[in-house]
Amino acid sequence: MTADGGPELVQLLTPEGERVHHPEYDVDLTDEQLRGLYRDLVLVRRVDSEATALQRQGELGLWAQCIGQEAAQVGSGRALLPGDFAFPTYREHGVAWARGVQPLQLLGLFRGVTNGGWDPHEHNMALYTIVIGDQTLHAVGYAMGMQRDGSDDAVICYFGDGATSQGDVNESFVFAAVYNAPVVFFCQNNQWAISEPLERQTRIPLYRRADGFGFPGVRVDGNDVLAVLAVTTAALQAAREGQGPTLVEAFTYRMGAHTTSDDPTRYRVSADLEAWKLKDPIERLRVYLARNGWADSDYFASVDAEAEAMAVHLREGCRALPDPAPTSMFDHVYAAPHPLVEAERAEFSAYHASFAGGEH
Amino acid sequence: MAATTMAKAINAGLRKALENDPKVLLMGEDIGKLGGVFRVTDGLQKDFGEARVIDSPLAESGIVGTAVGLAMRGFRPVVEIQFDGFVFPAFDQIVTQVAKHNARSAGRTPMPITIRIPYGGGIGAVEHHSESPEAYFAHTAGLRVLSPSNPLDAFVMVQQAIAHPDPVIFFEPKRRYWDKAEVDESLDLASAPSPFTARVVRPGSSITVACYGPMVRTCLEAATAAAADGLDIEVVDLRTISPLDIDTIAASVRRTGRLVVVHEAPVFLGLGAELAARITEQCFYFLEAPVIRVGGYHTPYPPSRLEEDYLPDLDRVLDGVDRAMAF
Repeated sequence: MTADGGPELVQLLTPEGERVHHPEYDVDLTDEQLRGLYRDLVLVRRVDSEATALQRQGELGLWAQCIGQEAAQVGSGRALLPGDFAFPTYREHGVAWARGVQPLQLLGLFRGVTNGGWDPHEHNMALYTIVIGDQTLHAVGYAMGMQRDGSDDAVICYFGDGATSQGDVNESFVFAAVYNAPVVFFCQNNQWAISEPLERQTRIPLYRRADGFGFPGVRVDGNDVLAVLAVTTAALQAAREGQGPTLVEAFTYRMGAHTTSDDPTRYRVSADLEAWKLKDPIERLRVYLARNGWADSDYFASVDAEAEAMAVHLREGCRALPDPAPTSMFDHVYAAPHPLVEAERAEFSAYHASFAGGEH
Repeated sequence: MAATTMAKAINAGLRKALENDPKVLLMGEDIGKLGGVFRVTDGLQKDFGEARVIDSPLAESGIVGTAVGLAMRGFRPVVEIQFDGFVFPAFDQIVTQVAKHNARSAGRTPMPITIRIPYGGGIGAVEHHSESPEAYFAHTAGLRVLSPSNPLDAFVMVQQAIAHPDPVIFFEPKRRYWDKAEVDESLDLASAPSPFTARVVRPGSSITVACYGPMVRTCLEAATAAAADGLDIEVVDLRTISPLDIDTIAASVRRTGRLVVVHEAPVFLGLGAELAARITEQCFYFLEAPVIRVGGYHTPYPPSRLEEDYLPDLDRVLDGVDRAMAF
């Protein structure tokens, strides 16, 4: 497998910021839209770095960094229409950004104040899923529901290179294929599943897995926000038109650790990281914008200032996130009252009430 | 009113659910043209179409996982797991997803999913076709677990399970699929008792025998046999395993002073253990004897030529009753 993604890689913007053409995929964006994508990338990276800092300060128990994958996430997230529905893993902070989930809402799960964080129906984005690959089946089921509703919306489903080894992911490919479900499988191949390199998951390029299931697969430069936007838009459009699923492999790199609990120096060499830094998703768009005169240093400074202000807001918001009331663990266990849960809630409350006044 | 089998009663219940709610979907292996390996879904695909009665790929996790997505989209999936021993590929989706979505979404994405599982032994089947895995599911918060024992309950309870906002694991006692009873299909569901209640199916004064699903008939037969010896057994059909209707059982034990719990599932950490603990807590001063458990052994379900030795039968139920009466 080629380390650079090989000749099949769809690319519209080179790491050096050169706009190149592809026979099949293209985007036609105004300079304002291009600046918007740049702003998205910078702000998402700032959310990520601030959350990482908050973990180091003890404000979060854990954080799963998305640094390096911003273009894959923003490009695919911005390809979605309002009626589409996204199923994320736990690292899709850029997708959440594109779906209008507030960054602070992402932190609750990692701070330990909730197991959710937002209303999936408000943002048409499911909650983060931690069990690897489970959400791929949910995505296909949701797409089957769209088919039955006669909708022309589509579903996008995120997972990583490690997840492609999971049974559920393979079952989701089968279900989507045989029912021709309107779903885009968006695999961010960031080369690492914690400490295991891609070679532990596959012997063929991941996008070619789609062949065996009977639907198209395409490999896109995951650090090229324009190519990701183009490829995802086309795949979503195919799904809307009844052409069924597509597997998009976004070829990218996890520039950070798996999570803040991980230590990548134990299993990978720094030369790889240095090589991928040259393919940074933000830098190439910055160069492209500057070279064409679509953004100047004032604009870049204003985005940086916005990012800093957002980080301050996020930091303050995180520190102010209250712990949930202890009895809230009994809430919503069931949708309808359940006598055992209610009895245990009462027992718990009585136990705590027994300490009132400090007699015990 | 003609007598009908439990399998046909469940079929009628599914038909009613499909008629009453356009969001109800059936999905499973071989449930369409074939009508299911036990014919429980016979004729439903023909009448409701392939979009609502869906033959699925042969993948249990896929069936349950897609049901999660369908539920998020507003459907009420009713999925069939072909046999008890085949539910385990779906165990992850059931425990980590189906059971937890309502809680983690603070009620925004409830999971009104019914998972039908033919369960239990007694039909001479091969390995993995005769198991009783209900305790695994009852142990998981977020799931409800039901098991009817007779055709009328099966007809009513399957509809109640489908209409309920929570996920329900619906254990169908497969060896009782061919038991017959009168079923009034015009019955108004609103007038039916909650499915989450136990029922005294035979009043008695000497001792309480609590059971569910396939063991209810066995225990009723045991009670009839014991009556000839002057022993008056009260039989309680639990009907619901989660939540447990502990009040009905406790009220019975306060009358009789003795309790035997009978199930096909292994005794160790089974429902009997939970009932013994709770009844001991709630009825300590009413008990004349320790709670006795009669059930399967801590072995894999044996080859079918041995299943009569593994499964509780009339004699083993009465042996348990004798042990309780000896105190």
